[in-house]
Amino acid sequence: MSVSHETKTKSRASSGLRVKTKWNLKRNWPLHALLFPAVALAFVFSYLPLPGIVMAFQEFKPWLGFFNSPWVGLEQFNKLFTFAEARQVIWNTLIIASLKVVFQLIVPILFALLLNEVKQMGFKRSVQTLVYLPHFLSWVILGGILLDMLSVEGGIVNQFLGSFGIEPIFFLGDGDWFRFTIILSDIWKEFGFSAIIFLAALAGINPSLYEASIVDGANRFQQVLYITLPSLLPITIVVATLALGNILNAGFDQILNLYNPMVYEKGDIIDTYVYRQGLLGGQFSYATAVGLFKSVIAFILIITGYRLAYKYADYRIF
Amino acid sequence: MFHISRSYRIFSILNIVFLALLSITCIAPLLHILAVSFSAAPAANANLVKFWPIDFTVASWALTLENESFLRALGMGFYRTALGTVISLAITVLAAYALSKEDHEFKGRKIYIFYFVFIMLFNGGLIPTYILIQNLGMINTIWALVLPGAVNVFNLILLLNFFRTSVPKSLDEAALMDGAGHFRILFTIYVPISLPAMATIALFTMVGQWNSWFDGLIYLTDSAKYPLSTFLQTLIVQKDFSQMNINPDEISMLSQRAVQSAQIFIGSLPILLVYPFLQRYFVKGIVLGSVKE
Repeated sequence: MSVSHETKTKSRASSGLRVKTKWNLKRNWPLHALLFPAVALAFVFSYLPLPGIVMAFQEFKPWLGFFNSPWVGLEQFNKLFTFAEARQVIWNTLIIASLKVVFQLIVPILFALLLNEVKQMGFKRSVQTLVYLPHFLSWVILGGILLDMLSVEGGIVNQFLGSFGIEPIFFLGDGDWFRFTIILSDIWKEFGFSAIIFLAALAGINPSLYEASIVDGANRFQQVLYITLPSLLPITIVVATLALGNILNAGFDQILNLYNPMVYEKGDIIDTYVYRQGLLGGQFSYATAVGLFKSVIAFILIITGYRLAYKYADYRIF
Repeated sequence: MFHISRSYRIFSILNIVFLALLSITCIAPLLHILAVSFSAAPAANANLVKFWPIDFTVASWALTLENESFLRALGMGFYRTALGTVISLAITVLAAYALSKEDHEFKGRKIYIFYFVFIMLFNGGLIPTYILIQNLGMINTIWALVLPGAVNVFNLILLLNFFRTSVPKSLDEAALMDGAGHFRILFTIYVPISLPAMATIALFTMVGQWNSWFDGLIYLTDSAKYPLSTFLQTLIVQKDFSQMNINPDEISMLSQRAVQSAQIFIGSLPILLVYPFLQRYFVKGIVLGSVKE
């Protein structure tokens, strides 16, 4: 592009700044060009698979393809609600995911409040450095470590419990203990990282509020109750409503790396079920129907969550 | 600041003790497997090792680092991480710049935003995506690992909000007046100003690529192409040892537990190495990026 041409477009552009209806292709084509790689990749890998969802309404046979596989209407969804196994899986997902959502809200807030009381900056920083770390390790690594540490035959956790006279616990082989382990280990991995946003909110509270309360004779507990907690409310509402969208995400990575056939009954979730039935079992249509069921509900919940966050906390992502 | 009562002082001490213990639980598992990996076979097999090696030996590490399959997977892991990070970061920076413009400056911005947010909310699911990758002929290629996730909408939002809040609008306008085009503005103004935010995203992407294992498991049928995370998953979680071609005499001298611990620790080592850099940036990056102007 020649210099004179650029100056021309520029002078036209400055007037275009105020004219809202023009596309300004001459000046803005680079913006479209910059977006092209992202748009193209999103199209291929996110939009192209969408029509594949039709297989949820078919009896899909890979060798017949989408166009020749027989249509079966809602039969796949019928299975979903009549199979005892499928109902159990949905139930497991709901229980595990909602407990995770609740605790992943409460624990980080409590942790942020406690850490906020620490006045020694060096100690505070060290604590933060250590508690953020597990978030960055994968469930393959942590799964490997937990399988070893929680083993019934002399795993370090059972050895420790044994020193208090507690019988070895089959953490990953007993359904109820499995759920407990899944939820606890998830809290352990994420609480520090989830606390970042609350720590930022705590740092943003106007110090004059505290000074005024001291003049009024408030003690530290009263300050937390009447200043700190109310100040955290907006961000808590945002996090809580956005977490709504995760109510069917019980943690595919985590469960796939920790579970075994002994705990399918109480530990199998929608995502692991889709993987086993679909990719391992070859029931493409049924697995897609289960996945679609999950996506649709999650989609509704996420939209609801954003609406609520916008309404009650004036939150927008853009 | 406020009147320090006796009960508050007691609380403070208990609080510090509690937080210290909590922090220790966050690294104790890693320290435990590190200790096991450096322990001799009898102690490791008998579960005697706590947080300090017993009869220190590097035999397990030596075996792991001499194993060809392991090294190949390690190399694939690095290759995948490097390629995936470069592609993803480049695409994200370009798109975030365009989307950071105001609606009235860039007509069509809203449509693009909707286009990207939609894929964050709704996707075809596991099976249709798998069939697509298969039809594209990408099974058994590195592209199946690095391309599908290259557009990370979360990172895109983070970076575009960073651009909007941290690059002064006047700088933009001055450059436009001087005749700079969008490409020039992006590379001479936005990129230098936003290095911390871009470092955050680069590090997040690196960690994500390094930790990914599931895509390798389903899209690669040739286990010789597995990146380390996938390799470790089949080895440690699925207990499939066929890929680790180890001489049976050799393994009988060693503790399988110690060898596995060494492998797990090496798998987490790259994360531990980038973590100090990561930690310096991400708090600021996240907080700034998530706040709307």
